Amino acid sequence: MDRAERNATLLALFMLSFFFGLVVYAAKGLKIDLPTCITDVQPFKVGKLIRHAPDRYELHVVAKMWFFDMNEGQTRVEVPRGSVVDIYLTSADVVHGFHINDTNVNLMAVPGTVNYARVKFDRPGTYHVVCHEFCGIGHQDMAAQIVVK
Amino acid sequence: MRVSGSIRFILLSEIVFPILLLSFGVYHGVLQVLYRAGIIKANSVLGIEYYQGLTLHGVINAIVFTTIFIVAFGNGVVLYLLKKPLRPAVQWLSWLLMFGGTLMASWAMFSGKANVLYTFYPPLIAHWSFYVGAVLLVVGSLVPFFLDWIPNYLAWKRENTDKKMPLAVFGVFVNHILWFIMVIPVAIELIFQLIPLSLGIVKDINPLLARTLFWFFGHPVVYFWLLPAYVMLYTMLPKLISDKGKLYSDTAARLAFILFLMFSLPVGLHHQFTDPGISNSWKLIHAFFTFLVALPSMITAFTVAASMEYSAKREGGEGIFYWWTKLPYLRLEGDRWLFSYLFAGLILFFVGGITGIVNASYNVNLTVHNTAYVPGHFHTTVGGLSLLAFLGMSLYMLSKLKGVEVKFKGLAAVAPYIWVQGMFMFSYAMMVGGALEGFPRRTNTGLSYLNPDSPLYRPEWVGYAQLSVVGGFLLGLAFVFFLVSFLATLFAPNGQEPKLEFPIAQAYHDTPSPVLNNLKAWTLASVLLAVLSYLPALYDVTQRGIFYNSPAYHDKSPVPITPTETSQLDKEVKD
Repeated sequence: MDRAERNATLLALFMLSFFFGLVVYAAKGLKIDLPTCITDVQPFKVGKLIRHAPDRYELHVVAKMWFFDMNEGQTRVEVPRGSVVDIYLTSADVVHGFHINDTNVNLMAVPGTVNYARVKFDRPGTYHVVCHEFCGIGHQDMAAQIVVK
Repeated sequence: MRVSGSIRFILLSEIVFPILLLSFGVYHGVLQVLYRAGIIKANSVLGIEYYQGLTLHGVINAIVFTTIFIVAFGNGVVLYLLKKPLRPAVQWLSWLLMFGGTLMASWAMFSGKANVLYTFYPPLIAHWSFYVGAVLLVVGSLVPFFLDWIPNYLAWKRENTDKKMPLAVFGVFVNHILWFIMVIPVAIELIFQLIPLSLGIVKDINPLLARTLFWFFGHPVVYFWLLPAYVMLYTMLPKLISDKGKLYSDTAARLAFILFLMFSLPVGLHHQFTDPGISNSWKLIHAFFTFLVALPSMITAFTVAASMEYSAKREGGEGIFYWWTKLPYLRLEGDRWLFSYLFAGLILFFVGGITGIVNASYNVNLTVHNTAYVPGHFHTTVGGLSLLAFLGMSLYMLSKLKGVEVKFKGLAAVAPYIWVQGMFMFSYAMMVGGALEGFPRRTNTGLSYLNPDSPLYRPEWVGYAQLSVVGGFLLGLAFVFFLVSFLATLFAPNGQEPKLEFPIAQAYHDTPSPVLNNLKAWTLASVLLAVLSYLPALYDVTQRGIFYNSPAYHDKSPVPITPTETSQLDKEVKD
């Protein structure tokens, strides 16, 4: 390898390390982390919105062909502004996706297991949820809403 | 060198058949932008449903076309550079397996019995012939490597003990070694999970394990598509620029191939960043290796640029910038037209490489996962450099094997630039719409989100979908230009001397590199690293993260087609 080539390689390595360092800082320092392995929550069959405190909610979502059961069969739930919501997600049949627009909540719903994310809704408005994983002929109609008041 | 008889027929058909199939794939690609923008508001067109067309688009373009072409290219390179005859029996066996498998899977897809997309996604299940066809295609693609290329190389080595393996052969070998390793887990998924489930032999499977096995294959496969294009960039591009053109550094090229062999495999979890059931520590480790596997592409960017500069300067280019004017951007004499394909591919790959870093970046992935950003990204890689290099090389090999000049060379040479323009518009629309507005991928949005009459209407996505239509139209046009030239060359009367040759350049910096050439040791290291990086994830998805298996479902009904008497979950709830 000649000098120019070695320098280019080192520069590339330096840039990649720098970016990766930032990613690790964001994940572990700023706590913007990915979903992990949940071992203490059994898959459930019914969607539920549970209020623990005025600004603390637990949302159990069951994704199924082809709708999201967010709360006893509803596809629309309301929470007050500033709420912290713990989202538990499972699937009743095939693999689905769960993406809340304008948030970092982006989860896969895999049958037989439970996915988890926490989100704080600071801004009022309607948050659209779409299924973004192919789940059969009705996939394009599978959507839900979280209204923050 | 001359080729004739059955070997010539096999090589020709391995080039022509995938291109003909690809026409279906491209047609369904163009249809998809129309569906997604709501210009077509329907479940199906001409008897093919949206998701069926999406399956055809993915499987044909990304698996069938690429695999058969890569075998043809490998056969060609090994034959031309080692000058050892290929064995007709081996080649026929491979041909029958690949073509037979493709026909089986095509039947399932065209008859609507396999609307499961290229990623399979159990517990959705297809007809068994789809999976068996896939297995046959893969086995057929490995046959020449083990029974033709390796024995021929060993024979060549005995006669040329003082020489290094030619670089193009080195690249082809690394690629097929990777291919062999990566298909093992997906073969396990097919043989032990999907085929038994589709036949009803087992009633349920572990879907998370299936996903993990699939993505062990699903990311490295993009390097399987990429490395043949790199072989062309390293060994052929300089020669297309100038007869005196040279590769800047042989050692850097070999180092890049070895880095791909090492780090292509322990990265699959970055497709499962948002999956449940896998500890995020393992996801972070795979993110790290994904960053590492970007390194050989960056080395390649330098080496290829340096080779272009060196070669353009042999044509009289000078200074820092003036040599750029000496590149044969659009030249029709001899084989220079092939430069357009590789150069246009490089432009797209520049975008593809950088946008790929976004996907790889662990938590940043949360903003783009399964949005339109992802197809926006990979259409500039596999739909950019890989596709353009494969199309160009298909046309090139066709003209040589026919012994004729390329017909409609002007159309052929301009097609890649139209493709680049179309892909810029398409990818921009998909990436920005996906990352900023959450426009989803793999969705027939014209029926719901982009239909003003639907309660789900999302007006913020309209502009992006419309721009992607313009891009899709240009992409279709570019492919038609290519196809006209390809078919005209195919149906031209045979020339005097059908032959096989490649414009292989020598290296400017060429040092002996015995460590890099020890493929056996690197293969072993690569397998070890891959196994180690996957053991914890496999433990998670089988022992810790999953509670129940799933029965099979058909894409049309929420009722399972392999019902267990009472599903495990029902039983637990009752107890």
